[in-house]
Amino acid sequence: MILTVMIIVGICFVIGVFLGFASIKFKTQSDPIVEKIDKILPQTQCGQCGYPGCKPYAQAIADGSADINQCPPGGDDGIHKLADLMGVDYKPLNDEHGITKEKAVAIIDEDTCIGCTLCIQACPVDAILGAAKQMHTVIEKECTGCELCLPPCPVDCIIMEPVGETAESWKWKYPVTSIKQVR
Amino acid sequence: MNIFNKLSFHGGIKPQGNKNISTKNPIKKIFIPDMLILPLRQSVGKAPKLIVSEGDYVLKGQQLAKPSSNLSVGIHAPTSGYIKRIAMHPVPHPSMLNEECIFLEPDHKDQWIKKKVIDYKNLKLEEVLEQLRQNGLVGMGGATFPTHIKASSKIETLIVNAAECEPFITCDDMALREKTEEFLTGVDIAMHILGAKKAIIGIEDNKQEAITELQKKNQNSKIEIKIIPTVYPSGDEKRLLFLVSGLKIKKMDRPSNHGFQIFNVGTLISIARLFIHGEPVISRVVTFTGNLKQPNNFEALIGTPIKYFLNDCGIKEGDHQIIMGGPMMGFELQNSEITVTKSMNCVLIKRNETQSKDTSIMPCIRCSRCVEVCPAELQPQELYWFSKSKQFEKTLDYKLFDCIECGCCSYVCPSNIPLVSYYRYAKSEIRSEEISGERADIARDRNEFRLFRLDREKTERAERNAQRRAQIPDAEKKKLIEEKKAAIDMALKDKEEI
Amino acid sequence: MISSPIIKESDSVSFVMSHVFFALIPSLLIYIYFFGYGILGNLIFGVTLGVLFEYLCLKLRNISAKPFLLDGSTIVTCWLLIISIPSGSPWWIILIGVFSAIVIAKHIYGGLGSNIFNPAMIGYAILLISFPAMMTNWEVSNSLGLNNFLNLKNLFNLFHVQLISNIDAVSSATPLDNIKTYLFLNADNLNPNNFPNYEIFNPRSIINISYFAGGLYLLHKKIISWHLPITLIITVILFSSFMSLIDANKFMGPIHHLLNGAVILGAFFILTDPVTSPTTKRGKIIFAILIGIITLTIRNFGGYPDGIAFAVIFMNIWVPLIEKFTQPKVFGY
Repeated sequence: MILTVMIIVGICFVIGVFLGFASIKFKTQSDPIVEKIDKILPQTQCGQCGYPGCKPYAQAIADGSADINQCPPGGDDGIHKLADLMGVDYKPLNDEHGITKEKAVAIIDEDTCIGCTLCIQACPVDAILGAAKQMHTVIEKECTGCELCLPPCPVDCIIMEPVGETAESWKWKYPVTSIKQVR
Repeated sequence: MNIFNKLSFHGGIKPQGNKNISTKNPIKKIFIPDMLILPLRQSVGKAPKLIVSEGDYVLKGQQLAKPSSNLSVGIHAPTSGYIKRIAMHPVPHPSMLNEECIFLEPDHKDQWIKKKVIDYKNLKLEEVLEQLRQNGLVGMGGATFPTHIKASSKIETLIVNAAECEPFITCDDMALREKTEEFLTGVDIAMHILGAKKAIIGIEDNKQEAITELQKKNQNSKIEIKIIPTVYPSGDEKRLLFLVSGLKIKKMDRPSNHGFQIFNVGTLISIARLFIHGEPVISRVVTFTGNLKQPNNFEALIGTPIKYFLNDCGIKEGDHQIIMGGPMMGFELQNSEITVTKSMNCVLIKRNETQSKDTSIMPCIRCSRCVEVCPAELQPQELYWFSKSKQFEKTLDYKLFDCIECGCCSYVCPSNIPLVSYYRYAKSEIRSEEISGERADIARDRNEFRLFRLDREKTERAERNAQRRAQIPDAEKKKLIEEKKAAIDMALKDKEEI
Repeated sequence: MISSPIIKESDSVSFVMSHVFFALIPSLLIYIYFFGYGILGNLIFGVTLGVLFEYLCLKLRNISAKPFLLDGSTIVTCWLLIISIPSGSPWWIILIGVFSAIVIAKHIYGGLGSNIFNPAMIGYAILLISFPAMMTNWEVSNSLGLNNFLNLKNLFNLFHVQLISNIDAVSSATPLDNIKTYLFLNADNLNPNNFPNYEIFNPRSIINISYFAGGLYLLHKKIISWHLPITLIITVILFSSFMSLIDANKFMGPIHHLLNGAVILGAFFILTDPVTSPTTKRGKIIFAILIGIITLTIRNFGGYPDGIAFAVIFMNIWVPLIEKFTQPKVFGY
């Protein structure tokens, strides 16, 4: 009887030592969770989630102080990916933070612009070119569609224009087959 | 090659050719319609830049748009006339969207610009390639890859793709029968540009007349005719390379890395026309076939609406769909206002069949027929399961991008599953995710730099202030502080009084 | 919007299944020749029940039933199950077997294309384990062969519960059963020439030969590929030759293993079920070899006279793993 107990304890000890050794020797270097979350977020830097940018929101999700369904530009797809990563259940987008809109870019009406630089200071990715008393213009390629430049403009000369689908950006759709389902 | 020394690659199918319905008559000559609509973007890469505007009069062969980058070629007027307008118009693309097109109204005088023979033998390679680029030469097999890029590598063997493996299409076959000398001249010129020591024409064995013509008219001992068995898709670049040379290369690799280059019959004919006659690409042979009274091949001006040809052939009664390309890889066109482009090799009219057969889509039973016919030796049923469940990383493990979308798998599937649609969807999604990932990375970097810049400005300002304050002597500092205190007290007293 | 390709080969699932029927019908006729119409009654009852269960399951899952019922896969499953059980089985055995095969093994796992285990084998295994006595209650062939075609009496065997033999329906065990029992009783001397009442070409071996002919027909029509059946047969031959070389008195030789039991039926009809067998060529060979080894192990050392069903079910578990490790190289890599 004693022998049995001793053998079992001995085996457990050996396995424990091996596991400890393996956890140190074979440890893999992986990104911290904040980087992984940030990689999923769309980098619009719009602040609709309630945090000043995507990195702080990623930090908050990692800390547990924010929920995963606060990012409208990321859409449903983004929430699913976050749910998979964090190991929590999917939940639909929280409407209080906004709705998912079509991708759009900001356009400044050059006739109305007064050159006040307020929008330049607001843009989180420095996508507006200009200087005081000089014409301002949005660099279309860099604009993320975050709409942060719209409120500061004193003459309301910025509009959001949807990008739309061109033959180059067109995607094949998921095949909708004549499903055998009869509902 | 297997032990019986028979030329074959893994898989492939042998559908009904239906080729002889459109080869009864010779290629019909060009005719000029009332309006030519030329899309600006007719090749892989960037659309060329317009150099004409509304109201301009242009001559036949005059350049209308010049290449805007290295991966771009010019567009030329197919006939003389006036530029009516530059506007959006439907283009032949599976998205059925509109793109910018040049509307050219012919004056029916068909006047050429001054043409000149190009002495390619005495030009430097860069000048020859620039000629190809400016004159709009692209691959005429349907892929429209700019020829000047393909012709820029030095190779040993030029392979001519005369396979034309897809059913119904016969434009290359008829071009070989009727324009044999021009074609052989084109092969010669291409061999000179590429520095090739020999050329092999890979042609399927169902094109007996073309083979006879070639054998009769070929005087060049460096050009060899290799007859390959009629299997679809033997005309695919990598499969043809394997049949002709025994070399198996993967998707990312190029034949030019191994001393080969593959050109289409139509491309070589346009090379001959350019260097011998000075003509840019303004027309091509197109097969109009399918449910027509008289299917035929036409020498069509780029920009001609296809309705002219369809009316000439006579569409049979009943509902039909217009397919551009062949029955295996073609896509639907929205109407017959679409115009001929450099990539259009065939227009197929398909009758809408009444539902006589049961074509409901059943679940996959893993019969692996698709594996048996896949020419790229992939596992289509695995790609199907993963594309369907949107597990895109797994599709990459199974080499999704090596799929050439030939359609052999969908052809044999007993459960009627549209396999190729799933692969196209998966590829689209992966590509667009990559693109949006790249943009997100750029946005993240810009945001981080902005935060860094603001931080830096703050520290610089704080430093400057600290420096300035350090320069002021102590007694002055005390005076400043007392003055400020008095001002604050007064302000507070005022507030109390109010 | 229609998508390419717009032309299709004419084969469909039901076309494939019709060839399988062609291959099975001669065996059915020979079966009736030797054993009477009992099997036909079972078949009609079993197939009708199978189709009914399939219809009910599809309706419960809100799926349109017509294409599934017409494709013939249910009929083949029930057919394979019915010919594996004694033709004297009562109707409730058939009911339980078909229920296990269609509802439990097929629909609960997701229906056509999604089942992990071979439905016919699950049905057979559940019956074998739950009613072992009945599963060894095989009918005896009458010596009046051709007259069996005229004797419709046996058609309704399934509605009689006959465990005890009488003059009309004498029951016995299969040769494999007999040999197994004999081995347990006196383990020393097994010589087929001395074995009581055993001929090499008994009715069951002739039926097995007809399954072989049917299988060759399927191979010729390219309905199945050679990897599974030929590998299984070769494995059985090699392994049993090896065992009988070691001790011919304890282990039967290859001919006996092939002609008795369900190896031939398994090789051409059961293993080749596309849903539950590997899709890669090397995978199929590994699958068949392991099934052959396990079957012979069960036959020689295990408790059951015929191990095909358990071998198949056990190997079905490993199919995804086998597929993962036997992926062939893509063109150009």
